[in-house]
Amino acid sequence: MDGIMSKKNLEYLIERNDNIYEVVIGLEVHAQVTSNSKLFSSSSTKFGAEPNTQVSLVDAAFPGMLPVINEYCVKQAIKTGIGLKAKINNKSVFDRKNYFYADLPQGYQISQYKYPIVGEGNVILDMPEGQKQVGIERLHLEQDAGKSIHDVDPSNTLVDLNRSGVALMEIVSKPDLRSPDEVNAYIKKLRSIMRYLGTCDGNMQEGSLRADVNVSVRIKGSTDLGTRCEIKNVNSIKFMQMAIIYEANRQVDLIEKGEEIDQETRLFDTKKNETRSMRSKEDAHDYRYFPDPDLLPLEITDEFIDKLKSEIPELPDDKKKRFIDEFKISPYEATILVSDIDTAKYFEEVVAKMGKNRDMKLAVNWITGELFAVLNNKSIEIAESPISAKNLAKLINLIKNGTISGKIAKTIFELMLDGDKDPQIIVEEKGLKQQSDPKALEALIDKIINDNREKAIEYKQGKEKLFGFFVGQAMKVSGGKANPQLINEILKKKL
Amino acid sequence: MTQITSLSLFELIKNIKEKKISSNEVSKSFIDRSEKSKKLNAYVTENFENCLKLSKEFDNKPNFDLKLPGIPIAVKDLFCTNEVRTTAGSNILNNFVPSYESTVTQNIWNEGGILLGKLNCDEFAMGSSNETSFFGNVQNPIAKDLVPGGSSGGSSSALAANLTPVTIGTDTGGSIRQPASFTGTVGLKPTYGSCSRYGIVAFASSLDQAGPMSKDVKDSSILLEVISSFDKKDSTSIDYKRNNYSSDLTRNIKGIKIGIPKEYRVDGMPDEIESLWKKGIEYAKDCGAEIIDISLPHTSYALPTYYIVAPAEASSNLARYDGVKYGLRSYGESLIDMYEKTRSEGFGEEVKRRIMIGTYVLSSGYYDAYYLKAQKVRQLIKQDFDQAYNKVDAILTPSTPSSAFKIGEKSNDPVSMYLNDIFTVPVNLAGLPGISIPAGTDKNNYPLGLQIIGKPFDEQTVLNIAYSMEEKINYKNNITDWWME
Repeated sequence: MDGIMSKKNLEYLIERNDNIYEVVIGLEVHAQVTSNSKLFSSSSTKFGAEPNTQVSLVDAAFPGMLPVINEYCVKQAIKTGIGLKAKINNKSVFDRKNYFYADLPQGYQISQYKYPIVGEGNVILDMPEGQKQVGIERLHLEQDAGKSIHDVDPSNTLVDLNRSGVALMEIVSKPDLRSPDEVNAYIKKLRSIMRYLGTCDGNMQEGSLRADVNVSVRIKGSTDLGTRCEIKNVNSIKFMQMAIIYEANRQVDLIEKGEEIDQETRLFDTKKNETRSMRSKEDAHDYRYFPDPDLLPLEITDEFIDKLKSEIPELPDDKKKRFIDEFKISPYEATILVSDIDTAKYFEEVVAKMGKNRDMKLAVNWITGELFAVLNNKSIEIAESPISAKNLAKLINLIKNGTISGKIAKTIFELMLDGDKDPQIIVEEKGLKQQSDPKALEALIDKIINDNREKAIEYKQGKEKLFGFFVGQAMKVSGGKANPQLINEILKKKL
Repeated sequence: MTQITSLSLFELIKNIKEKKISSNEVSKSFIDRSEKSKKLNAYVTENFENCLKLSKEFDNKPNFDLKLPGIPIAVKDLFCTNEVRTTAGSNILNNFVPSYESTVTQNIWNEGGILLGKLNCDEFAMGSSNETSFFGNVQNPIAKDLVPGGSSGGSSSALAANLTPVTIGTDTGGSIRQPASFTGTVGLKPTYGSCSRYGIVAFASSLDQAGPMSKDVKDSSILLEVISSFDKKDSTSIDYKRNNYSSDLTRNIKGIKIGIPKEYRVDGMPDEIESLWKKGIEYAKDCGAEIIDISLPHTSYALPTYYIVAPAEASSNLARYDGVKYGLRSYGESLIDMYEKTRSEGFGEEVKRRIMIGTYVLSSGYYDAYYLKAQKVRQLIKQDFDQAYNKVDAILTPSTPSSAFKIGEKSNDPVSMYLNDIFTVPVNLAGLPGISIPAGTDKNNYPLGLQIIGKPFDEQTVLNIAYSMEEKINYKNNITDWWME
């Protein structure tokens, strides 16, 4: 699940011949804006459609076709900016980034260069050793390109323009990240914020979230930035981490050999687990950015921004704070619960359904323990949980009020998985109710002592270990339903 | 009765409405004359059969409430027309048939107009003589081997030769007004944002504007009323209250203040242009206008500014013609090879020249010195006009620094060709409305035009002044039909 940092996050350093290097990382995340239609046309953005079925004349850049800004995408970008605690610019400009490629129908990408819609902000990472703030340089809106398919036809490249014109937010971080673990936490936090806001679904498999990773190294303690390499278009956190580790070590090796690092764009080969040069700085494209004359500058009033601010839901950082204050759970537990909006929602629903006599400890443990295990096993999201928050709350309450033991609860939990069964009904149907009637338990214990007279004597003579034997017998005879606390009390009395 | 083809649009509409002539008769007349005028090379694509069919349909079910009831109209081949080939005068779009219609032409068809054909123009509207067209030179009906101007050269030629009652062109730096001036016709470039650019093959997006071309001012007012509309599909289209230009048209311009910018008196300007301008001033006075000397101090920077801004935008706008999606594709060993061959074979020399200039001025390291500087100068040019309009309602200048020249005379001298636009370009840079009306002839009897420039969105004043002066000037083209056997 998101946000769990199980291992201790030691500083990530690379040692070579008495030199200690630190890694400096900045990310350019490309997040697909959640929107039914594209940034400058009304074509659908639905994932997985047949090739070239979601392409308008504008997306295919037919002669005389003109872009018209999709206001919804602008709102989404502003909301994201607010979520990143960033400055929203009242005026921003769309520029053309000119280059030729088969899947770029216009021969330019409409992007924002000098004047992005969102300026500086920051993101808080919850690392095991504490919180870390990562600066956001900017967020801008741009069009996605189409897709070139090289492996279907042996002699031709095929082009699918379904993605062409889809709105992306490019979120550029400052070079504040220092380790693969921080990159992991950063991407997850960004995704979490955008999912809370509903501005990007963060689905990396579908390419909704990709990143260009800038990596450089320097001697630990130095404040100068080393020459960086940009690793293009990495589409999973795991690959980002692998690419960083490879690239940082490559750069350190070069420095140790006394060689120069070329500022270049590199590709990460996921099969060979290595980065390789794509183009050097000298070969870098001259994109010839200039303001797109087909579009007016984007003017956004403070009133418009304020209105969007009022629509922003409670975000992970605030929610975490509230969970700690209101529910008295630990910061670690709160971090886990808020990292994903659906988990947070589920948790809050369980809490609400538990009612007055709620037990937070039980709620947290059951969600992050049993439930997460099931979700992980089935590879499903909490939104598709086979057990509803309502029924999990009931189960927890049954434990809390002594109707069932924790052990029985696990049995019931397994049974609930099949069709989200009501635990109360399972208890009744299977007769799993805990025996808490002292008289019945006394009779049961009397019988056990009677049947094991010799052991009872041994216990009385001082063999205290045998107490466990009697508890075990009581549980066994009762089919596990006996209230363990009562059994303990009665046994102590009777023996 | 006069020949149908020499009637003005206004007269044609009147006759059709009064059922004196049918749409089909009108269409036939223009088609017959067009058939006999192939030597002018005004058409790239004829739509004659379809036009006849549609005109019959109109006559069977006429709607006389429309503004252009059953009127056949040929348009510049820069407007995308649904299911009718649209080439922009280029080999690269030689085979291109749009599945959509430009807003401007759609407005015409919505008011009863019928497409007669697509008219020749300079390739991607880049030229001042129609010599850059892939489809060959266009003859000016005024005299043999004379250019009709450009880039809307097919439009001006067809109009002056009575092959179409009116037409529409596009004007990026003078492409409506200069050919109008060269052919003794009227051409209006409206305020930027007046006519939608949707569906018009783009040359320089921040300058391109469609406009009417006609035999007289009244006809331009009728056509402007039809084609000017706010369009959500064009983000630079402006939502403002448009006049009923034809019914609001008046010759009463008493007390209107007309500015005469001293900077338009350029070095080496022929005497006949100078004297035409002087005559124009007298005509304006006769019409009751007040003449005021003004200054537009940054005028001399307009042409260099234009030749940075327009190629810059064009270099990017023309990137989409890459052989991948539509239009010409030449065979290549690789993607890059295919690009190079397609664009080498698809584009002509002038287009390539401008793509290179545009690419250069946008290059990193040169952007600030050229493009950015040009944008700043453009602002200064705009401010010149803003200041002038504190004092005057409109500005009177010559349309061009010379009359029409011979085919081939300037085709190897791009700079001399570019100088043609010297009086028209500032108007595009400032986004203002401007009209060219015929005002006299030079020593060869070739027509010369005067330009009236207005305030933004004040096409009405421009039209009114032109309408009033037109009566006083009383210019008549002397066309001999020399190109017919």
